[in-house]
Amino acid sequence: MDLMIFTTAPWLNVQAIFDGIMIGAVFSLIAYGMALIWGVMKIINVCQGEYVILGGYITFYLYNTYGINPLYTIPAASLFVFLVSFAIYKLVIVKVIERDLFVSILATFGLSIIIQQLMNTIFGADVEVAQSGLGTEFLFDNMVTVPVTRVFSLIIAVLVAAIVVIFMHYSKLGRAIRATSQNKRAAKVLGVDTDKVYGYTYAINGAICGVAGSLVAMTFTLHPYIGLPYTIRSFMIVITAGLGNFAAIITSGMGLGILEQYADYIIGTQFRIGFVFLLLVFIIIWRSRKLLKKREYLK
Amino acid sequence: MKKDLVILLIILLIGITSPFLFPNFVVNLSVVWLFILFSLTWDVQGGQMGYNSFGNIVFYGLGMYTCALVQVGLFFSIGEWTEAGGEKTFLHTIPQYFTGLGVGLIFSSIIPVLSAIIVGLGLLRVRGQYFAIGTLGLGIAAGEIASGIEVIGGGQGMTVPIWPRAAGTTDLRNLVFYYLSFASFLGTFLFLRWIYQTRFGLTLNAIRDDEDKAEAMGIPTMRYKIIGWCISAFFLGISGALMGNMNGYIDPIDGAFTGSTVGLWMIIMALLGGKGTLWGPIIGAVLFYFFKEFFWMQFLGWQYVALGLLVVVVVVFFPEGLMGWLKRKFPEKFGEVVDKERTSGIHLD
Repeated sequence: MDLMIFTTAPWLNVQAIFDGIMIGAVFSLIAYGMALIWGVMKIINVCQGEYVILGGYITFYLYNTYGINPLYTIPAASLFVFLVSFAIYKLVIVKVIERDLFVSILATFGLSIIIQQLMNTIFGADVEVAQSGLGTEFLFDNMVTVPVTRVFSLIIAVLVAAIVVIFMHYSKLGRAIRATSQNKRAAKVLGVDTDKVYGYTYAINGAICGVAGSLVAMTFTLHPYIGLPYTIRSFMIVITAGLGNFAAIITSGMGLGILEQYADYIIGTQFRIGFVFLLLVFIIIWRSRKLLKKREYLK
Repeated sequence: MKKDLVILLIILLIGITSPFLFPNFVVNLSVVWLFILFSLTWDVQGGQMGYNSFGNIVFYGLGMYTCALVQVGLFFSIGEWTEAGGEKTFLHTIPQYFTGLGVGLIFSSIIPVLSAIIVGLGLLRVRGQYFAIGTLGLGIAAGEIASGIEVIGGGQGMTVPIWPRAAGTTDLRNLVFYYLSFASFLGTFLFLRWIYQTRFGLTLNAIRDDEDKAEAMGIPTMRYKIIGWCISAFFLGISGALMGNMNGYIDPIDGAFTGSTVGLWMIIMALLGGKGTLWGPIIGAVLFYFFKEFFWMQFLGWQYVALGLLVVVVVVFFPEGLMGWLKRKFPEKFGEVVDKERTSGIHLD
């Protein structure tokens, strides 16, 4: 498709940026969870995307069987993934911490395959979506369509992010998590139960993913095998933004959302996932090139 | 060396006679040889060079597509072939089929090597987890892009030329591909065994142990890393071409660029046997193949869950692999001298 369309139809830009920001908010939320456990536990969680999709399926299940409005299922999805990821922490992750990062990547990759297949068996391999029935608003003489669900999902993402940030700063557990991420030994000396902190950090990440999953179920589609793109997106956001920088995670998440919308128009939707994965490769190469001038490398 | 000659003769004996001993399992046996090839070539990066690659599957898929495209493109129009039912209207004669296969195999080893150079120039500068995730992204991206290109069949995949009936029965076809697979395994094995004994192998190990020091010693590490990846790409390309021909059909995501099945399995095979050794990946691949077939027979429908569990168990509880475990238990057998007095106070876990 030719690029002229963005100048001849200027509303397309507004549409792309609107959609991009609303999608990017969900991406940022997932990426924040990944940055949290990467920073605190030194683990790369490849099954991040599967937690998201799992949360989405909980929403879809409640919506489909009991007819509950997806908006009200968010706490249930969040709690469910919280418990699942806590169980997974106790069973597997606890043995992976403080080992080589490659071990955690492989182990969580294996976990992601298990979760995928279980979801496939339980919920079926069809593409599903949970309608919240909020309708669509039309702006600027019907040139820009804004589904109200997406606006709600943006608000919820912002709310959850605010809750997490407040929790991290002012609660006792939040302080313990931050202390552990700064210096594990010192935190232990000062009486922080680091094992407990790890468990809760991993489970909190699960809860965040559960919320994000509900939003994905409402605004996009669900399928057992689309978890990995979410993992890759959050990884990409985290390496662009850095581990502790919350504002940068939000900006790069929304930037990625907008970029994907434009890529949809320019190279076509069938290449969207391929574009995301290639973008990751390019970002990694670009970051390492910048460091190479200083004779350093990504670590 | 006399011992080496004996081992080589045993491998040759097993390879040549097994299709006659187990005539019903010729296809399975060829897949076993290719699986061994996968884990051996992964181990060049993961075990010897210390670069844990999730993206070696790209070369396998590229080889698969290249060979099929050459086989078709030499004689017919590719666009018409990949249209629905196109492969039924065009039939290869015997000389066409075999020249196509031969030329295809040559190209399916060249194209992956070229791509390994291009990708390696960018990605091999990155280390550790970034390399792992970057190559993972590359593998998935390749599959997604291939399924978006219409000429090569898009998401529906493409068929590979079928074996000409006039040349012989299906049994003969299976036998031909069995020996081709065995030969490519043998080539890989002998080449790697030779190269691990040379300075090149030592350099790869130096890069694994401490890349910065290796560079400070004056080793052009980038060149060695790229050559190492090219070796893997060369053999993986051939294996992909053979696998594509044996299946007769190429699916972009589930057949060629299978980042989360074969791409992951090759790592698990090497880990199961013990990475960084020559025999570890071979033993691991055979073991893994039996596990896989067992899961498919016993837990049909749940086989991928069982495989995922196997991945987690191997990685979390058995990361040193069979060879690593043996090495720890009996270090003397591996030519390592243990000073009993000095190590008596040290407990290695």
